[in-house]
Amino acid sequence: MNTLFDKIWDAHTVKVLDGDSCVLYIDRQYIHEVTSPQAFASLRERGAGVFRPSQVTASPDHNIPTHDQHLPIADQQSAAQVAALYSNCDRNGITLFPIGSPRNGIIHVIGPETGLTQPGMTIVCGDSHTSTHGALGCIAFGIGTSEVEMALASQCILQSKPKSMRINIEGELRPGVCSKDIILYIISKIGTGGGTGHFVEFAGSAIRSLSMEARMTVCNMSIEMGARGGMIAPDQTTFDYLKGREFAPQGKAWDEAVERWSALRSDTDAVFDKEITFDAADIEPMITYGTNPSMGVAVGDKIPSADGDAAARASFDKALEYMGFHAGEKMEGKKVDYVFVGSCTNGRIEDLRAFASIVKGRKKAPDVTVWIVPGSKQVERQAIEEGLRDILEEAGFTLRQPGCSACLAMNDDKIPAGKYCVATSNRNFEGRQGPEARTLLAGPLVAAAAAVTGVVTDPRSLM
Amino acid sequence: MRNKFTTLTSTVVPLPIENIDTDQIIPARFLKATTRDGFGENLFRDWRYDADGNPKADFVLNSPRYGGRILVAGKNFGCGSSREHAAWAIAGAGFRAVVSSFFADIFRNNALNNGVLPVKVSEKMLAAIFAAVERDPATQIKIDLEAQTIRIVGTDMLEQFEITAYKKQCLMNGYDDVDYLVSIRPEIEAFESRRQHGQGK
Repeated sequence: MNTLFDKIWDAHTVKVLDGDSCVLYIDRQYIHEVTSPQAFASLRERGAGVFRPSQVTASPDHNIPTHDQHLPIADQQSAAQVAALYSNCDRNGITLFPIGSPRNGIIHVIGPETGLTQPGMTIVCGDSHTSTHGALGCIAFGIGTSEVEMALASQCILQSKPKSMRINIEGELRPGVCSKDIILYIISKIGTGGGTGHFVEFAGSAIRSLSMEARMTVCNMSIEMGARGGMIAPDQTTFDYLKGREFAPQGKAWDEAVERWSALRSDTDAVFDKEITFDAADIEPMITYGTNPSMGVAVGDKIPSADGDAAARASFDKALEYMGFHAGEKMEGKKVDYVFVGSCTNGRIEDLRAFASIVKGRKKAPDVTVWIVPGSKQVERQAIEEGLRDILEEAGFTLRQPGCSACLAMNDDKIPAGKYCVATSNRNFEGRQGPEARTLLAGPLVAAAAAVTGVVTDPRSLM
Repeated sequence: MRNKFTTLTSTVVPLPIENIDTDQIIPARFLKATTRDGFGENLFRDWRYDADGNPKADFVLNSPRYGGRILVAGKNFGCGSSREHAAWAIAGAGFRAVVSSFFADIFRNNALNNGVLPVKVSEKMLAAIFAAVERDPATQIKIDLEAQTIRIVGTDMLEQFEITAYKKQCLMNGYDDVDYLVSIRPEIEAFESRRQHGQGK
């Protein structure tokens, strides 16, 4: 009567302290340039080395330019951070995928695509969207820099075991609805704190029907409902996705692994601390109107009115004021200044295909600036080989180089103050895409519809 | 070794806003440093300063009425990004405790790992603190880690709060998780070899 989560967690528990804090063994640690330098510096001060460097993989992604990557990074601080990552990896024997190299990309895109992420693993990274990897049936979650240091020092971290939660999406998705709409819908229903303290398993026939990449989008945003992470039991879709990938097991080891992975599912009598079920048919293309990911509605709906107690209403009003919106207004038809396609949420090849399917044969709307940023070098290569780049260019778009880009605007890809950006990324917080930038979160189809019409548009009208 | 935490009695800085995310606590453009220092001055940067860097008079951290080593905030504090820089900014600005009715998981761990105590109180207690401080900014809050209590000084408003036994010991003694984990490397190695034999991995 164990959950999938219990099975993996318990198999990785080295010991439990004072009945609560678990010493949890970590199979794979990913690092990037922004949340690791202080961990390495502190480790050096202690005179402790990296315990299991072969289980650590690094890729710069947060703070790198998305054009002219062959040139030195112009921003001195960004360059210093990337240089620190390179020297820390070099000094400690850690595998690094440097900028411009064939395997570089957003760490949560390249983990699965290289086959480093596998079912049954425990994975941590100093980034809250580490939950992405849970799509392959592993326990993956974001940690702070002190915990990055713990994992480097001991291949373990100290963690209280979270509670369990299952979210079922049953039935068939309607045409024109993608996995981003599923997760924005869930968060709009349960709120940004609806999963706090819990680790979520996504299940149900609609989840099962999703491709591997679509599952990653769902798990990616688990943190936006406060959950420690999200996961989906591995199945044939998972195995087909992983087979033949560079770091996936090969030959006899592959067969043994699939046998082991096939047992990774919640027992039929497993009981979750919290369980919710939604009907897939209720989900429509979604967009956010406020300053946290739970403030979302169907594209055709109106902005709701403030609800709840005085504090909740004040926070809601503050959000609408920031966005320049009013309760009761329709989202459809709102003017869009920028469109950002990319990030660990929606920067994979299927996302670019979805975007291209709408813009093909159409033209970019004249007053919209569009940034299309592949999640990795591999996604970039594939987009070129499949002819997607040609479709994009014919429609007036350009394909940039991989990185986190305007998702968090650490590099130069910043949305100007007051401008509206339809973004396929994961956060619409105040200033997330640049000081005073206004973010409307959506999936790649809604982003494409905005890119060719210049306003918030239901993509089904263009399909 | 970190600073030990036993009891703390202080006036507070009230921030009655819900869902304060770590992008507000410290915006991403300030995450380019390679050390832990200097984040305090950019705490709540875009709420605290205008685009030209001038303090915004209406923001609580710029108000002469409020000050202290305890930050009190609306529910779901610290949601969003895992950036520990948020905890560094709060500690760097001189806070030793944050009080809210609900904390995001990663932030809570990050705070604890930096000697900043997250104190989860009831909605009622939170509202009482906001009201008391609104009436009298000199209101003091006393946090007793040993007893796991928080009190509005001079009133009978007192609550117990939760913390894991291990983390409590760490804070009270100034211990550090990394030192502990390094000290049990032999146990971790034994675990690795057990798994290897058990799973054929």
